[in-house]
Amino acid sequence: MLKDITLGQYFPGDTPVHRLDPRTKLVLTLVYIVAIFLIGSWGGYALTAAALAAVTALAHIRPRALFRGLKPLVFIILFTAVLNLFFTPGEDYLFHWRFISVTYTGLKRAVAMVLRVMLLVSGTFLLTYTTSPLAITDGLERLLSPLKKLHVPVYELSLMMCIALRFIPTLIEETDRIMSAQKARGADLETGTLPERARALLPLLIPLFISSFRRADELALAMECRCYNGGQGRTRMKQLHMAGRDIAAFGCGALFVAAILILRRLGI
Amino acid sequence: MDPVIRIENISYAYPDAERPALDGVSLDILPGTFTAVLGSNGSGKSTLAKHLNAILTPAAGRVLVDGLDTADEQNLLPIRRRVGMVFQNPDNQIVANVVEDDVAFAPENLGVEPGEIRRRVDNALRQVGMYDFRLHAPHLLSGGQKQRVAIAGVLAMDPAVLVLDEPTAMLDPRGRREVVAAVEQLCRERGITVVLITHHMDEAVRADRIVVMDRGRIALEGAPRDIFSQGQALRALGLDVPDTAALIARLNAAGLDIDPGALTPEACAAAIKEALG
Amino acid sequence: MSRLEVKALTHVYSQGTPFEKTAVQDLDLTVESGGTVALIGHTGSGKSTLISHLNALLKPTSGTVLLDGEDIFASKAAIRSARFRVGVVFQYPEYQLFEQTVFADIAYGPKNLKLDSTEVDRRVRQAAAAVGLEESLFDQSPLELSGGQKRRTAIAGVLAMEPEFLVLDEPTAGLDPAGREELLEELFRWQAQRGAAILLVTHDMSIANRCQRLLVMAEGRLIMDGTPRAVFAQSEKLLSVGLDLPGAAHIAQLLRQAGLALPPSLYTVEELADAILSLRGKEGAPC
Repeated sequence: MLKDITLGQYFPGDTPVHRLDPRTKLVLTLVYIVAIFLIGSWGGYALTAAALAAVTALAHIRPRALFRGLKPLVFIILFTAVLNLFFTPGEDYLFHWRFISVTYTGLKRAVAMVLRVMLLVSGTFLLTYTTSPLAITDGLERLLSPLKKLHVPVYELSLMMCIALRFIPTLIEETDRIMSAQKARGADLETGTLPERARALLPLLIPLFISSFRRADELALAMECRCYNGGQGRTRMKQLHMAGRDIAAFGCGALFVAAILILRRLGI
Repeated sequence: MDPVIRIENISYAYPDAERPALDGVSLDILPGTFTAVLGSNGSGKSTLAKHLNAILTPAAGRVLVDGLDTADEQNLLPIRRRVGMVFQNPDNQIVANVVEDDVAFAPENLGVEPGEIRRRVDNALRQVGMYDFRLHAPHLLSGGQKQRVAIAGVLAMDPAVLVLDEPTAMLDPRGRREVVAAVEQLCRERGITVVLITHHMDEAVRADRIVVMDRGRIALEGAPRDIFSQGQALRALGLDVPDTAALIARLNAAGLDIDPGALTPEACAAAIKEALG
Repeated sequence: MSRLEVKALTHVYSQGTPFEKTAVQDLDLTVESGGTVALIGHTGSGKSTLISHLNALLKPTSGTVLLDGEDIFASKAAIRSARFRVGVVFQYPEYQLFEQTVFADIAYGPKNLKLDSTEVDRRVRQAAAAVGLEESLFDQSPLELSGGQKRRTAIAGVLAMEPEFLVLDEPTAGLDPAGREELLEELFRWQAQRGAAILLVTHDMSIANRCQRLLVMAEGRLIMDGTPRAVFAQSEKLLSVGLDLPGAAHIAQLLRQAGLALPPSLYTVEELADAILSLRGKEGAPC
């Protein structure tokens, strides 16, 4: 059943990583992503992997959870690897047969590419594993708040995200319910040709749309009744506070980037 | 005592409707009282509720909340803050995915300072008995619990009046009991004025006053003892009487003398025992 | 006469995960066509899980469901046949309406049965009439109907499949007292005319006590099965699993606690009034 899908990849916990201000984690994730593209040596990959492992351990996240996150990306990873492997021009052939050729440069590039994607994805997963969706939204809103001066509706955008997160489980439940109801009327969603199956989805999609609109309507009314009036003049119950550990985390981040750059320079 | 809400001869018709949803309704709601509004589907009771906090404004007549005219745009926020509204579907009025963040929504909108919001949120959650659930995700709560969170979300505005539009229609008996008990307690212990729209007769017996709507007009109005002793009139309006009222009517017709105001099961049993001596 | 048998049914959700939950446990039940049965139990007692097995929407973890002795899960064809022979109307069925006209929506089930158009037409008209929907509404969009009419359209959509067993989950939720009464009468009339069986899932004791047989579920098990009189006689047991009593039975229970010598199994206002009045006759009745 759809209900069984676990959504929101957040693993609640009370570790130093969990306790960091979401803004710190968002900025450091960004720094980490940039750093990955600055890696210019095998030592850099090793260091990044070590850093990732250290944070994972600190957050009490099982490595298995990180690998599980990579699973849906296996195809993309393999695809980039193959692309790099076969289509990198060069003279240092490892293998050459008719128009298929594999060069040493190509092999290196393929391996580097796979490592990059894996490190990148695992790193961002670590963010969502240790930060609740609400905290991420909150952090983003505050990081982007300078954009308010440019008339970007930052608050409205973050509220939209928050409401979307809130309604995902409700809509999944609803989908389940409507699916059962239509199956009870003999709907056949599993067999038939592709166009037939697409048509068979209408009895599911139309009620789902109608009910989403109805929900949106009712929610808007309820929000107005609770004095919702846009982002202006709004206060927040929960204030974010940067603590000592956030400063320390930024320090570690800076050291990490410096190390990557040094390794790149030295070519280790 | 001055009424907290004064409804003066209001009428309202939805676009394209054959007949008006409200047709000359006048009603005063006194502070601290518990009013139940009954009526069959389409009797205009929800439309009436929507006039109490300026979701709708009357086509004729006027509604005053603490003397503020709901038709005046300027009064919109002060009126909404004074008159909190809870709707039927608990799922569609919860905004945030953590209970306490949802309850904080209204005071945040009102620009209340953070420490005060915290105090109000905790208070509101305690008043409906949901404090222990403040860090839960709303979609994992039962219907009755969600509806109590929705009530807390309104209480955090510190309103004078709580209007509930069929809050128990989608709940199971346990959820209904929880919500009605919470609402009754808010009225009796915190002095909050309650207007409860419902079509469960056994919820209405707890009110001070019952207003029965029919085709956009007020058909009957009075204390529960007076309303529920008119079984025939109620049935003609598509309503019913609670079993307690039906029983008392039967017993009194057979010569017993039982107080027709003993409408909760407990009061009814006690009155019968006394009558049998 | 058809027989629907539930045999040692167990259903466990999310088996093997930390969220594992047994919703139905080792449940046996036989329902025959031609009767009215109410299934009561509070939220989470396993009622919904049970009814989803009756038309093969959910597969049992163990045990099975037999329709006239045949396992409904035996093959795809058996599953399909069970879907049509056991009609299920879920809670708030109006949310499943999707066609452009009332007629088309009611016809959706019969069309899935691959019936010819004259038969579809006949069934739609009959089902609509059974729930009091006028044919003048047939060309309207179901979305333009009133709440009560939407509910009726959705129910007619299942009636039009002409099931031998009709399961309805809280069919009157959200209706006003007169609407509740009307719909129930229509359903019972349909049941009697067709000789089908109705299984009403409800929280409302005033609805439950109008069925011939009452089933009570708690924690995934069937804990009571009998006539309303027999079930309501065990008021303590009902209360202990968090269920309500019908209004009159509740008052009777309170009076008994107060020391009145009332017979057990009173659940209508009339019976209770008579019993109380007969006490008045006996001076010195134990009070």
